[in-house]
Amino acid sequence: MADLTTNTAAEPRGPKLKKAFSRTNIFLYGTLIMVSMYYLLPLYVMIVTSLKGMPEIRLGNVFGPPMDITFEPWVRAWSEACTGINCDGLSRGFGNSVRILIPSVLLSIAIASVNGYALSNWKFKGSEVFFTILIIGAFIPYQTMLYPIVIMLRELGLMGSIWGLVLVHTVFGMPILTLLFRNYFSSIPEELFKAARVDGAGFWQIYFQIMVPMALPIFVVAIILQVTGIWNDFLFGVIYTKPATYPMTVQLNNIVNSVQGVKEYNVNMAATLLTGLVPLVIYFASGKLFVRGIAAGAVKG
Amino acid sequence: MTVPSVPPTLSGKRPSKLFKNWMAKMASLPMILTALVVFVGGTAWTVTYSFTGSRMLPRTKWVGLDQYERLWSSDRWMISITNLGIYGICSLILTLFIGFTLAACLDRKIRFEGVFRSIFLYPFALSFVVTGLAWQWILNPDFGMQSVVRDWGWTAFNFDPLNNPDIVMFGLLIAGIWQGSGLIMCIMLAGLRGIDEDIWKAAKVDGIGTVKTYIMVVIPMMRPVFVTALVLIAAGIIKLYDLVVAQTGGGPGLSSEVPAKYVIELMFRAQNLGQGFAASTMMLCSVVIILIPWAYLEFGGRKRG
Repeated sequence: MADLTTNTAAEPRGPKLKKAFSRTNIFLYGTLIMVSMYYLLPLYVMIVTSLKGMPEIRLGNVFGPPMDITFEPWVRAWSEACTGINCDGLSRGFGNSVRILIPSVLLSIAIASVNGYALSNWKFKGSEVFFTILIIGAFIPYQTMLYPIVIMLRELGLMGSIWGLVLVHTVFGMPILTLLFRNYFSSIPEELFKAARVDGAGFWQIYFQIMVPMALPIFVVAIILQVTGIWNDFLFGVIYTKPATYPMTVQLNNIVNSVQGVKEYNVNMAATLLTGLVPLVIYFASGKLFVRGIAAGAVKG
Repeated sequence: MTVPSVPPTLSGKRPSKLFKNWMAKMASLPMILTALVVFVGGTAWTVTYSFTGSRMLPRTKWVGLDQYERLWSSDRWMISITNLGIYGICSLILTLFIGFTLAACLDRKIRFEGVFRSIFLYPFALSFVVTGLAWQWILNPDFGMQSVVRDWGWTAFNFDPLNNPDIVMFGLLIAGIWQGSGLIMCIMLAGLRGIDEDIWKAAKVDGIGTVKTYIMVVIPMMRPVFVTALVLIAAGIIKLYDLVVAQTGGGPGLSSEVPAKYVIELMFRAQNLGQGFAASTMMLCSVVIILIPWAYLEFGGRKRG
């Protein structure tokens, strides 16, 4: 620490810092590389384990690369892994997750963007009050609302179905998404809205023809936020669906933590990777937008 | 993150009719229903029914504070609270420390900043279930880290948190920090980027060292960022559930139970709704206790300038 102090005091963060191997730099990069190893280790171990056969796992060490690579664990995780009596693998959970994900994302973003638009351009008496309640509601622990929602879904006849879960995701995605859209629409110059009003455009016309085309980046952020959030959800999935409609995360947990049978660690790790693949791909493909999304989404729940 | 208060609009002067802007009101109906029925209604319902003796089905048989008395004399709840306390304090300190240190390192105009940032943040894209299962495997005593270190020759090495009730919370902590610290790093980095470069020049002129500048000048300037980070971490700690279910299942025994899990087990497995409601009301109280000082700091502090 003392080295860091003396060296950088002489050259505070400016472009002048050219010496590649100053002690400060060694310290900095050393720290960063060490920490990176901690962050990369689980991903590496998962990949390596999922490519080994069981005999090799029993012999060797988790960090060693596979001697002979086999893709069988991946195939088994996808199509044969068992949860209870069902042995059709994670593919079922994947299908359920997709069928939950698509309507949830579309519905929650459609509703939240209209909310945000109404809140920033068509304020009415009480609109801010409802919005404030909505935002405060985002901080209430989900546990407090779990059972009343069970009752509501039962009354609607949606308990255990995919559409029930879609509704739940739409409701709980609303605070953060509405905030996101409201802030964005408020930053669009009001003159634009007024000019459209003078030209006789109505609520929906302004929304579809002016606001939506201007808000495309924020729609992308919202999609990233919702896709990762809904895909990774476990709590709502485990409570509001039944075994036939379990999303992928719940099924994964049941496969790996099942007590019957011999533990097949390679299949488990392949299944875990398969479940993590969708958000990982989104993360690495979206880059900066993801950061924007999570910075906004971090307040959720 | 924060909700800026909106100045009153000019349109408030016209006589306000119920049907003015009726389309906007119709379109906001889902929001209004969510806010009033689910958030306010649902919470009020749960709090109300926490004073009943509901077992399998909610009933209006009032029992006063019985459920709360039973809750606080239940071993399982006390273990849950203690666990959450240990996990919470460690997680708060470590996440803030790691998040800030990494952000400060990345802010020193280093090469490959983007690569490092991606590495630190990617776990945040993964779910707690995936996180928990991955670390469960790494911490596996027979094949994981412990056995590898023993094979290297250090045969007395003993690190088996998932089967040792005394340190199981630290096993969870390793995984929790792995998943969540990248986000805090991101927030801290944004905060550091917002600090005027001239501060560093001034510190140089005055001959103040880098570390000292960080501690004495930069961190106090970043107070709002720290407060935001604190609230985020605290909110995440209270809802800790998936990670425990996936990584330890609450075990060994009851040694890694947490309040969120207690609520769900009591409500949906033990069919003791009243207990579940009382426990979730306590969770609500803890959130209120955290949020009120935050709201006070956030909004009270802004007025003072």
